[in-house]
Amino acid sequence: MTLQTNMLNYGGRRVVDRTLRGCTVVATAIAIIPLVLIIGYVLVVGGSSLNVAFFTQTYMPPVPADSGGAVDPATGLPADFAGIDVSGGTLADPNAPVVPAEPDLTQIQAQGGVLHGIVGTLLITLVGLLFALPIGLMAGIFLAEYPSNSLATGIRFCCDVLSGAPSIVIGVVGYTLLVQQARTYSGLAGAVAITFLMVPTIARTTEEMLKLVPHAVREAAMAMGAPKWYGTLTVVVPTALTGIVTGALLAFARGAGETAPLLLTIQGNSNLSYDLLAPMAALPLLTYKYIESPFPAENQLAWGTAFVLLLLVLGVNLLVRVVTTRIKGGV
Amino acid sequence: MTVATQAVAHPAHRMTVRQLTPFYGKRQAVQAVDLDVRPHEILALIGPSGCGKSTVLRCLNRMHEAIPYAHVAGTVKLDDTDIYSPRIDATLVRRKIGMVFQMPIALRTRSIYENIAVGLRLGGIRSKGELDGRVEQALRDANLWDEVKDKLALSGLALSGGQQQRLSIARTIAVVPAVILFDEPCSALDPISTLKIEALLLQLRERYTIVIVTHNMQQAARVADRTAVFMVEQSAAVPLGVLVEEGTTDQIFSTPKDSRTEDYLSGRVG
Repeated sequence: MTLQTNMLNYGGRRVVDRTLRGCTVVATAIAIIPLVLIIGYVLVVGGSSLNVAFFTQTYMPPVPADSGGAVDPATGLPADFAGIDVSGGTLADPNAPVVPAEPDLTQIQAQGGVLHGIVGTLLITLVGLLFALPIGLMAGIFLAEYPSNSLATGIRFCCDVLSGAPSIVIGVVGYTLLVQQARTYSGLAGAVAITFLMVPTIARTTEEMLKLVPHAVREAAMAMGAPKWYGTLTVVVPTALTGIVTGALLAFARGAGETAPLLLTIQGNSNLSYDLLAPMAALPLLTYKYIESPFPAENQLAWGTAFVLLLLVLGVNLLVRVVTTRIKGGV
Repeated sequence: MTVATQAVAHPAHRMTVRQLTPFYGKRQAVQAVDLDVRPHEILALIGPSGCGKSTVLRCLNRMHEAIPYAHVAGTVKLDDTDIYSPRIDATLVRRKIGMVFQMPIALRTRSIYENIAVGLRLGGIRSKGELDGRVEQALRDANLWDEVKDKLALSGLALSGGQQQRLSIARTIAVVPAVILFDEPCSALDPISTLKIEALLLQLRERYTIVIVTHNMQQAARVADRTAVFMVEQSAAVPLGVLVEEGTTDQIFSTPKDSRTEDYLSGRVG
């Protein structure tokens, strides 16, 4: 028998193969393009607003560009305002309509930086992780190692609902339970709100990672005569540690980027504050505040904060990559 | 536990199985089994897939109940102790009756040394000197010491499959069990590694009582003193494992009493 490819409808199958493969390439490109655009735009626009002061100073009021930030010692106003009579002195015609000159907002210059936001975001997210890690880890271990009981089913369901809940709802809950009770906005309230968002992520990744550990490994531990808790802690969890760390880091990255829960719990702060019991600033909140500002210069700062936030999240994701390959490669 | 005679260096342990009936939920897996495991012998359990030989083996050190909904009826005695007695802790049973599995399990993220030390620490051994000695002894007894003595700190995964299986055996014998159960220990290994394990089995027989499940009839013929043959009862609504016959390996392979054994051994079924 000769090799007659036509007999097998080879041409037709090749067309189908190429068409479908083309579809997947196009779909992938469509999925990637927005990501590249977003990251690229933030990098270009936000990167240009960065300078040393951006990272080392806190909020300062914006000033007109040509004053160089100088202040008239007599009035305490920026030097450019010196010519304007602010004493409420006599006008030539009291009945004449006052027509204020249209201010040129583009001439207003932003000063200062977002150190308070960087510190706030790191503090709030780290404290949140500190709360979320033990709860999430233990819940995940319970779900994976004692899977078939009604309590586990309930916890799993709650985790899924919680991780799907709109984050503003978490914010409202945090506001009602913490801010209203304590009668003050605080970084701690924000950290607790972030905790609510992190726990389901950590619990479910921990569970999934532990489930990937082959049953044979658990049996090997049992066959040594190890009690279940011993096998879980010394054999099963270390085997899945890479995945668990990855889950915690991703939860951290997600927590760092959350805006809605913080909006209602930490309020924001224009000064550098390390006090978790007082209102605090955070990068997502600053982005929101600056983008709302009437001054283009402050809008520019918003791109800067977005840039720093993006760097933080990208950095954590890179760290995840390093951790995973390092541990796997070290075996 | 009874210790046989003072003259014998290694205590002789036997197991007595009476009306052992394993269940998975409501489904009975094997017809009630009566079986004796004599001191310092290798008993092979052979039979086709699904005949319940592994299930029976896992009942001998209470690993069966690790599977959700699995439970057991009947009695299994180690010497004079009923291992299913409510006063007996399953983890203690498993320390006394060790088990080696089909897939070599080198505990990941653990060094070769730690693979063995982890079980010893569990037994309350803390001093570094004693740990070192016991780890070396276990590796020597598993014929692995010379191959790994220079890389004790490396991960167990750095070893070949056959070495990992001997590491699993070393881990099991480190805690000095009375009986060792082997669940198809060679079916994932190449012929050379298989021969090494078989040689090791014959060595270990001097000190332990051994039960081995194997698919490989030649392996049973090579190492086992006595053999028990399991078959699948197809006539039942759900397949049911059944112990067809047991006897010395020579008798089973030369003059089987049951025609089903003869059919199986000659390759007509299974």
